[in-house]
Amino acid sequence: MTRRTVILGGGTGGTLTANRLRRLFGTGEMAITVVDQDDRHVYQPGLLFVPFGLAHVEDIVRPRARQLHRGIDFVQAPVDRVDIASRRVHLGNGAALDYDVLVVASGAILVPEETEGLTGPGWMEKVFTFYSPEGAAALEAALATFDGGRLVVNVVDMPIKCPVAPLEFCFLADHYFHERGIRDKVQLTYVTPLDGAFTRPVASQQLGGMLDARGIELVTEFNTGEVDGAGGRLVSYDEREVPFDLAVVVPLHGGATYVGRSPGLGDDLNFVPADERTLQAKAAPDIFVIGDAANVPASKAGSVTHFEGETVVGNIQRHLRGEPLVEGFDGHANCFIETGFHKALLIDFNYDHEPVPGHYPSTVGLPLLKESRLNHLGKLLFEPVYWHGLLPGREIPGLGSSMPTAGKRAPAGGEE
Amino acid sequence: MSTITLAATGVEVNDDGFFVHPEQWTEDMVPELARREGIDELTDAHWHVVRFVRAEFLAKGTGPTVRVLGKTSGVPVKQLYQLFPKGPAKVAARIAGIPKPRGCI
Repeated sequence: MTRRTVILGGGTGGTLTANRLRRLFGTGEMAITVVDQDDRHVYQPGLLFVPFGLAHVEDIVRPRARQLHRGIDFVQAPVDRVDIASRRVHLGNGAALDYDVLVVASGAILVPEETEGLTGPGWMEKVFTFYSPEGAAALEAALATFDGGRLVVNVVDMPIKCPVAPLEFCFLADHYFHERGIRDKVQLTYVTPLDGAFTRPVASQQLGGMLDARGIELVTEFNTGEVDGAGGRLVSYDEREVPFDLAVVVPLHGGATYVGRSPGLGDDLNFVPADERTLQAKAAPDIFVIGDAANVPASKAGSVTHFEGETVVGNIQRHLRGEPLVEGFDGHANCFIETGFHKALLIDFNYDHEPVPGHYPSTVGLPLLKESRLNHLGKLLFEPVYWHGLLPGREIPGLGSSMPTAGKRAPAGGEE
Repeated sequence: MSTITLAATGVEVNDDGFFVHPEQWTEDMVPELARREGIDELTDAHWHVVRFVRAEFLAKGTGPTVRVLGKTSGVPVKQLYQLFPKGPAKVAARIAGIPKPRGCI
C-alpha cells in the first residue's frame, strides 16, 4: 500500500525531510508531496551579510523544486488549512491533499505590523530589518550612505530565528564602519528584551563582554512597545526611550498563518506544539513538526533543523509500522557567530547543556566560545555544505544529531 | 531559595521570588504577594490577570509570556504594563504562585 506523506513547507526542514524519506521508502511505498507558496528557497544565514555588501540576494536564493530529489512532487500553492480529523490539507487554490502522515515544516514568519509604528512612517527609510531579502537589500543601500549618528539594533521579543544574528549584525557593523573610517562617528547600541546579550548564561557573559570591548552599548530588558520612525525613537512599554538615526529591527515572529486557521494544530502564536524529543505534534499522532515551525524549547536555527531530521524521519517510519517512537532529539544547536575582522566564535549546546568553552566536536577541533579565524572559515564553508549536504539529507561529518560532550569544559558551579 | 510566610503558611520561593511548589499557593495569599511587588491596591483587572495566568499554567504547564498574555487575556499589553509596571509576565507569575514563564529560548 502506498502511504501519502504531505510536507508543508519547502525550506530547510521540508526539503531535508522529503529527501531523507525518499531514500528510505521506495516510490511504491510512499508518495511524497512538498507544498510551498513560492519557489524561492533562501539560504537564510546569508541574509546577515547582504547589508554589508558581502553577499547578494540573487546568490543566496535558489528554486525550491530543484533541491528536491527525483520522485518528490512539488506543489506551488498557499495552504488554506489542515483538517486534522479527516487528514486533509486544503490549499488556497481550492484543491485538497489527503495524507497518511503530515509534516509541518512551514517555518516562522515576520509580523512587523504587530508592533505599533514599526511599518509606519520611516519603515524602509530609516527603520529596516535584515530578516527578509527585501529588507536586507534595502538596508545595504541605507548603510552605504550612512555617514554617522546613532545606529540601534533592536530585537522586539523572543522567539526569533537565529537568536545570535542580531549580535553578529552589531559585530559586523563595528567592522564595517571601521573599514569606512567612520567608526568614531557612529554610536552603536544593542537593545534587547533579555536580561543580557544572549539567552544562555555563560555565552551571554562572553558575548556581553565582546559588545563592551567594541564600544557597543547594551540596553537590556527593553520590551519595545512602539517604533517611532518619524521621531527616531524606540519606546518601551515601561516608557523608556532609545533615540536613533537608523534602526535595524528584528520584528516579532509567528508561525505560518494557515496554522491559525487549522483548529487544534497550533498555539497562540501559530507555532505547532510538539514533543520536544520525538517531534510528534501534540495535535495528532500522524503529524510531525520540524524546524522553526515547532513550539519546542530549542533555538530556531538551521542547525537545529538538521539535527531534528534524523529523529523526524525515523519516527515517521516507526509510526507507520506501529512501533514506539524514539526520543531521539536532544535539543542540539550549533552556531557560528561572526564577530567581525575575519573571525567567528562557535557555540554548541542542547536542552541539558549550556554553551561552554572547549573544542568541537572533540578535544581536538574548532575552539568553542572563543573567537578564531578557523571558525570564520567554518561559517563561510557552511554555504556549500547547506546546499549539497544538509538539504539532500546526508549525514555530515562532525555534525551528528546528538550533542558531543567530549572536549567541553564544565562551567564553574555546574549546570544552572 | 528561601521560605516566606503568607496567609500564616510557610512557602518556599526561589532566588527570583517564584514559587518552588505552585500547589502551596492559595488565593488568600494574593494581597500579600501583590504588596511585595509594590502593588497596594488590587483591582478587578489585577485579579483577572492573576487568575488567567494561574489557569494557563495549570492547563499548559507554563505561564504565558507578555505577548501571549496580550493576545489571550483580553487585556492589551499597554494596560498590562500599567497594572504590573515591573513586567507583567514575571510579576503576575510571582503573584499567581507559578514558575517563571518559559518564554525565552
